Amino acid sequence: MSTQSTDTTGTTATPPSALRRALSGSAGRNLGLVVALAVIFAVGTITDGAGFAGLDNILVILRQASVIGVISIGMTFVILAGGIDLSVGAVLALASVVATADALQDVIVENTHWIMLVVIALATGFLAGLINGVVIAYGKVAAFMATLAMMVGARGLAELVSGNRNTLVDSSEFKRAFNVDILGVDILIWIFVLVAAAGWILLNRTTFGRRTVAIGGNREAARLSGIKVKRHTMWLYALAGTCAGIAAVMMLARTTTGTATHGNLYELDAIAAVVVGGTLLIGGRGTITGTVFGVLIFSTLSNVFVQLNLSSSVQAVAKGIIIVVAVLLQQRFASRPGQ
Amino acid sequence: MRGIKKRFGPVKALRGVDLDVAPGEVHCLLGQNGAGKSTLIKVLAGVHSPDTGELLWHGERANIDGPQSAIDLGIATMYQELDVVDGLTIAENIFLGHELTRGGFTQRSAQVARTRELLNRLGHGSLSPHAEVGSLSAAEKQIVSMARALSHDIELIIMDEPSAVLDGEEVDNLFRVVKELTSQGIAVIYITHRLAEIRAIGDRITVLKDGASTASNLLVADTPTDVLIRHMTGRALKNVFPPRPGVAHDAPVVLDVEGLGRSGEFDDVSFQVRAGEIVGLAGLVGSGRSEIVETIYGARQASEGSVFVRGAKLPRGSVDAAVSAGLGLSPEERKSQGLILGEPIFRNITLSSFARFAKAGFLDEGAEKTAADEQIAALELRPADPALPASALSGGNQQKILLARWLVHGSSILLLDEPTRGVDVGARAEIYALIRALADAGNAIVVISSEIEEVLGLADTVLVIGDGRLLSTVDSSEIDEHGVLDLVMKGTAA
Repeated sequence: MSTQSTDTTGTTATPPSALRRALSGSAGRNLGLVVALAVIFAVGTITDGAGFAGLDNILVILRQASVIGVISIGMTFVILAGGIDLSVGAVLALASVVATADALQDVIVENTHWIMLVVIALATGFLAGLINGVVIAYGKVAAFMATLAMMVGARGLAELVSGNRNTLVDSSEFKRAFNVDILGVDILIWIFVLVAAAGWILLNRTTFGRRTVAIGGNREAARLSGIKVKRHTMWLYALAGTCAGIAAVMMLARTTTGTATHGNLYELDAIAAVVVGGTLLIGGRGTITGTVFGVLIFSTLSNVFVQLNLSSSVQAVAKGIIIVVAVLLQQRFASRPGQ
Repeated sequence: MRGIKKRFGPVKALRGVDLDVAPGEVHCLLGQNGAGKSTLIKVLAGVHSPDTGELLWHGERANIDGPQSAIDLGIATMYQELDVVDGLTIAENIFLGHELTRGGFTQRSAQVARTRELLNRLGHGSLSPHAEVGSLSAAEKQIVSMARALSHDIELIIMDEPSAVLDGEEVDNLFRVVKELTSQGIAVIYITHRLAEIRAIGDRITVLKDGASTASNLLVADTPTDVLIRHMTGRALKNVFPPRPGVAHDAPVVLDVEGLGRSGEFDDVSFQVRAGEIVGLAGLVGSGRSEIVETIYGARQASEGSVFVRGAKLPRGSVDAAVSAGLGLSPEERKSQGLILGEPIFRNITLSSFARFAKAGFLDEGAEKTAADEQIAALELRPADPALPASALSGGNQQKILLARWLVHGSSILLLDEPTRGVDVGARAEIYALIRALADAGNAIVVISSEIEEVLGLADTVLVIGDGRLLSTVDSSEIDEHGVLDLVMKGTAA
């Protein structure tokens, strides 16, 4: 490293140690994900022909991935810090019914602007996440239990708010605003891209991201270095809740309906995507890029299964196998003595 | 038992080690960190398998291919990192993995009886076999670890730095146990950094350096200390402690602790630290030294008294406020409390100083690396590659990361809890010089060490702590090791 300043040619071969280090680093772990995605894609192309690899179908896959994708970005932060959030699916449902509740829609949305619908959904997600965060960070309740309680409670509250009916989005401006393509790509996909990019920057370029990794890597060391671990933990869950709120807006855009059954089991899909993407469940290591690949792997897989007319039960079995195989492979990668 | 002979070909961690151990002897293994001691004992314990070389057990070639086969041969190991399960009782820990069973059911009463027997043999009959291990002190956990080793039918026991977590009295008890074991014909391989202990109990010594044995099977009685140090370091080691220039009388008081107390742990502790002064806390393990320092730092909440930094009172129980006021703690447990082992060196160094490298929350990684590089050069941290994970460094260099962290932050009051724990002799001198240089540069420093000699050699002022009370504040030039122990004995007896 120290000899680089004297290197004037700029074209000398990379030393093998640097290459090996790169491979055993995050790039190497992501390489495995690229290969996995390519294999699934190849299987789809071979079995289904040109239709599968066509642009239209790729956009379908991406659109399918977008809602889970946004949730998974928030989940990545929580898991990186050594936590877990089981409530995101239920919070999504709650946000969708609160934003479309008759009383709110009549009063606020009709009299102000459709954007209020988005604001309400995000605020609901944020608040639910904040409650999780406060209970976990300051109440010292295990994240698993606190978010399990929120999962049950938010789903129930969603049923109460909606009266167990589907509530329609009234605002035609909202529907129009989200029913557009930009450069031929659905706006939901753009939202996913934006959230992922923002998540990447937040994780890799800001103190917030670095603190998250530090807390996941060694909570006590982070605390003794002066990092406000409790406050940070609280914001992490608020972030995950906000992502669920964004996902709720996307569901409203896609279905124009709010219902207490939205987002069922999404928390498990998101956790699976994050873990398959290489984030350690104990925290301290993980990447946004990996999570994006994790999400794409699952949505491509389910697309392949749909194209092949296989039942969702077969799909679930395959998903389970993939999770186990991916984690096994990653452990091999991680434990390889690269340095 | 004829003894063990091991020879390794050109492998990385171990490059040819010869060692034989006779029944009933204490064979000491000496060497700096990274010399290969831990790797060697892991080979004996069956954790690693050697690439080449052979191991003779009772004159016959033995093949240890796993921890269980080592135990079957009669080799038990006590690791440096205490390997006990906190949630289980003492008896359950001792019989973990080889429970006394009949028809698949554990025989609890038999285990408890056998545990009581083992604890008695180790001089700790007062411990209840039903006590949960998580509630024990480090010294007591070590007893459990030793009892577990003895619960097997063993002929050789390996102890990796058993005295590191023990205070004087506990060490005496350890020696007594070791002597009892050897009188029963059990051989002991004893690893330590403390030469005095080798003199006290060792029969023969093997010195390792860079993965090879530089001297094998020396008789302790015939080998002078300077010879041992030369074998270890390749050079003679003279006065390890840097000279004390003395603190100026008009140096400002930067840290003022007044009547600090925490219920159940310590009370009424008052002292002052001036700029450029090193204050050392001496006392036995469990006397409350770490608790005092952690309370000053706000990591524990004080129940009485106050801490002033340059005249300004610190709020209780706020690490954040302490760090902003210029305090920095290098905690006792470097790995579990200080470092994020998987993260690169530079990120560990800048962990407390994000504000300096961030604009509106966005980090400038280039500036971080530059600042880390400066400290790496200034502290002579090796290897000097900021991108390596902290786990790749030796104990002494990991300690330097923690110093660098606070230097980058601009902290001027450093609280160093056991800064040389697990650091080898050569690197210790370097750490001492570094701490003194920091004091000379005007920083105020509080050092805790279980080695009284270290406190006396390093500090300007010594605080003697016993049973959670400040027994005495003395100038370090006016007291010796015996004086400190005397104070501790008198103070804790009262």
